[in-house]
Amino acid sequence: MYRYIWLVPLLPLIGAAVNGFFGRKFRFSEQLIGGIAVGSVALAFLISVAAIISYGWGSHAQWPNTYVTSQDGAFKFDWIPGGAVLQTQGDEARLSAELDKKAREKFAAMTPEERQKNPAVLVGAAITPRSSVLNVEWSYQLDPLSAVFMLIVTGVGLCIFVFATGYMHGDAGFYRFFAYMGLFMFSMLVLVMGSNFVMMFVGWEGVGLCSYLLIGYYFDRQEAANASRKAFITNRIGDFGFALAIFAVIATFGTAQYTDVFAQAKEFPIELVGTWGLMSWIALGLFVGACGKSAQLPLHVWLPDAMAGPTPVSALIHAATMVTAGLYMVTRTNVIFQHSQTMLLVVTLVGAATAIFAATIGITQNDIKKVLAYSTVSQLGFMFMACGVGAFVIGIFHVMTHAFFKALMFLGAGSVIHGMHHEQDMRRMGGLKKYMPYTYLTFLAGWLAICGIIPFSGFWSKDEILWNAASTTHIPLGWIVWLIGTIAATCTAFYMTRLVAMTFWGKERFLEPPAGGEADEAYASAYDKGLSSHDAKLASAGDRPRHEPGEHVGRVDHHVHLPHESPRSMVIPLVVLAVLATIGGFVGVGPAFRFMGWGEHPGGKLNIVTWMNPIIWNPTTHEFGSAEGGGHAGTEVAHTELVPAPPEALERSEAGVYGNVHTTLAQSVEHGVHNELATEWLFMVTSLMVAGIGIGLGLLFYVKDTRLPDIWAQRLRPLYQASYNKYWVDEFYGWAITRRTMDAARAVYAFDSKVVDGIVNGLAALGRLSSRIVGGFDKYFVDGLVNTIAAFIIRLMSPLFRAAQTGFTQNYALVMVLGLMLAVALLFWPDIAAHLPKTK
Amino acid sequence: MSILLSLAVLLFQEASDGRVAQMIKGVRSPDLSKFLVIGALLFIIGVAGVLTRRNIIVIFMSIELILNAANLNFIAFSRYLQETGSVNAYAGQVFAVFVIVVAAAEAAIGLGIVIALYRNKETIWVDEIDLLKW
Repeated sequence: MYRYIWLVPLLPLIGAAVNGFFGRKFRFSEQLIGGIAVGSVALAFLISVAAIISYGWGSHAQWPNTYVTSQDGAFKFDWIPGGAVLQTQGDEARLSAELDKKAREKFAAMTPEERQKNPAVLVGAAITPRSSVLNVEWSYQLDPLSAVFMLIVTGVGLCIFVFATGYMHGDAGFYRFFAYMGLFMFSMLVLVMGSNFVMMFVGWEGVGLCSYLLIGYYFDRQEAANASRKAFITNRIGDFGFALAIFAVIATFGTAQYTDVFAQAKEFPIELVGTWGLMSWIALGLFVGACGKSAQLPLHVWLPDAMAGPTPVSALIHAATMVTAGLYMVTRTNVIFQHSQTMLLVVTLVGAATAIFAATIGITQNDIKKVLAYSTVSQLGFMFMACGVGAFVIGIFHVMTHAFFKALMFLGAGSVIHGMHHEQDMRRMGGLKKYMPYTYLTFLAGWLAICGIIPFSGFWSKDEILWNAASTTHIPLGWIVWLIGTIAATCTAFYMTRLVAMTFWGKERFLEPPAGGEADEAYASAYDKGLSSHDAKLASAGDRPRHEPGEHVGRVDHHVHLPHESPRSMVIPLVVLAVLATIGGFVGVGPAFRFMGWGEHPGGKLNIVTWMNPIIWNPTTHEFGSAEGGGHAGTEVAHTELVPAPPEALERSEAGVYGNVHTTLAQSVEHGVHNELATEWLFMVTSLMVAGIGIGLGLLFYVKDTRLPDIWAQRLRPLYQASYNKYWVDEFYGWAITRRTMDAARAVYAFDSKVVDGIVNGLAALGRLSSRIVGGFDKYFVDGLVNTIAAFIIRLMSPLFRAAQTGFTQNYALVMVLGLMLAVALLFWPDIAAHLPKTK
Repeated sequence: MSILLSLAVLLFQEASDGRVAQMIKGVRSPDLSKFLVIGALLFIIGVAGVLTRRNIIVIFMSIELILNAANLNFIAFSRYLQETGSVNAYAGQVFAVFVIVVAAAEAAIGLGIVIALYRNKETIWVDEIDLLKW
């Protein structure tokens, strides 16, 4: 069955093409459009499930090997065929790796006596210029990583498609929406199923394009149009790094096929922290790309603005799938990242910084979707943190659980917005649990999951991330990362409790007349424009004028639309996702529960750690598939027996297992409690506790005493302002980049309009002047001469010819007769002459 | 005038040779040259009339003379060819009939023009009509 995975990306593409090309032309009904879109994705999902079952458990199961559709001719075409590549990069690293290997072999072959006697191992290797034929094929790859992503993309995507048929009901661009969504599914599936870097790049750009199209779906709103451009441009910066990294990969390995690249890459020497070797540079380029796509710290600004798109888009693209493409890429290239301790540290620090940064912003936002957006940025930070400390599988595990609960919460928010008649400001919600029971109950599951309450899915992955940060031997400073992650987790629990409390609990604030202030800009704006308040909410938030608090708003006609529960097509996906968000974490039950007799990773291949193990490179053994999975290799690595008295080349090689990492936080604690299991439980309880603290604070502030938020906002005014204004990053970028770019553009424009145009215009003026001179010469001299001569001749000859024209018919006849006689005379002259009388 | 005289001389050249019998025979069964001479005379008279007369009706009549000169030639050659036994012996007669038809049509149109001209100009004297010079 896994031979047919090429159908998985194709089906959504066909659906999108049918909807996009014919949906408007033939005026498809909403049922038809929705049926085509949902049907194609559902079919893709079923094929994915069947393919993955046959890949992992079927009679011809391929697991743990990578299956590429070109290997048995199932699907392949030569996409960019044949091109010679001179491999200019990586010679030095390859040489040293070769030396290491030879030295190792030679050393291992020695007897102990020889080792004592002559520790120096002499080996030789030479750099030979290498080249290869770059042949980029279009084929799909099925391995543990792409299997997980296929399930997330098609499964969660299916829920969101169904939800969107309800949410987008009545929208004029229904067909357009589903065409874009289908195209997105195709691109995303190409991204995660492609068998080489170039295909990943195609998918990468494809999802970027679809993201742009869907953020700007309401393109008549200035806000949405700006947000889509911002997302596109910010992503370009990341894509630039990604493209450079792909070029570097091709220049180094001479191929773009994952299997070939990684087989070569695993032989390279490891670059320790602080060194910037080839692998570090490649990893840096890749990570810049990941930062752009996954909204990591310097490039995170586009994601919150992307909430201008329809809510299903936010759920699918900006929470569940596209933004996790960076994680996919980092995990896919974990060989390269693990070869560069420097980049592992960079990834960890960027992830941790993003996690805490976005979490603190999320606390003060009032737009329900903005809170979720910052939450997404923060959670992505968590995932990168996991990858950085070497727990790639746990990062992907968190991608999966996050896809469940964040898609759920976005769809819940969409349901709320739908039920509230396009109100997004939480200050005008409250008490919705009475009106929207299903949305409320499902949202609770998402809330508990993201807070990390056992046994909801978020708990398992987040706990594992924090534990791996504390116990990592991949990078130094793991304890700081653990601390930051813990604080960010507390913030997460707090702002999510705040969101739930403000939306579903407490007073029904939408019943109150607008009180003024920023929350009621819409009403004030409606007053100015003479609209009803309901229409005003549909208008762009960015277009609204600024009003003083209380200005106008008291007088606006206020009639209440009571919220209502969403239709069944929206509730069913919520329920499905709620179930997943609740139990989805059990595929990754951690080793802390091994006392139950389940073993380290219960569930066999169904456990995500065991399942994905084969694609993770083990720095100790230099092979794929670490014995431990995740970052747990670390503790074991520290005890690995090194070959004694290694020669210099050997030393370089052995340092590759990050041997210089200091004692980790987990080791310190373990040293204190003398029990490995107890240590793990200690960390687990800690992470549960911080979640409890966050929730408790949230309840205290937003349920128990609702005056507290204002009081504390006043007390911590600078901090509150910083968080509320998102640390002024947008303003800073506006000043440092946008303004500078505009200045530079103006300067270039001035140069163009003054200097370049001046030269061109000057030349034109010169040409005009010379042509005027030549024209004058022609007109007055040449024409004058011609006219004078012509006039002279005509004046001279005209009386003669005029005289010939008498106007009498007989004159003309005479001329004719004379002419005739002349002609006859000439023609028959010899005969005539013979008959003429002889004069002599 | 001298041309007319020389043609007359050509006509009676044979007769001036003296023998009356031959002259009678020549009149009774004239050969081709005599018809041609007559035709040429007719033609010349017609041309002279066209070129010299001022009355447009007379000019018209002169044109008819020219046409008839041509007809005479056709007939003469037709007769000549009959004597020689040629296949195309009757072509000349057919042509003559054609010419007569054309002449009739021309006469109808020409007289119409004359009438129209007179109505406009109150004259049929061609030296008073110089419309060709505008």
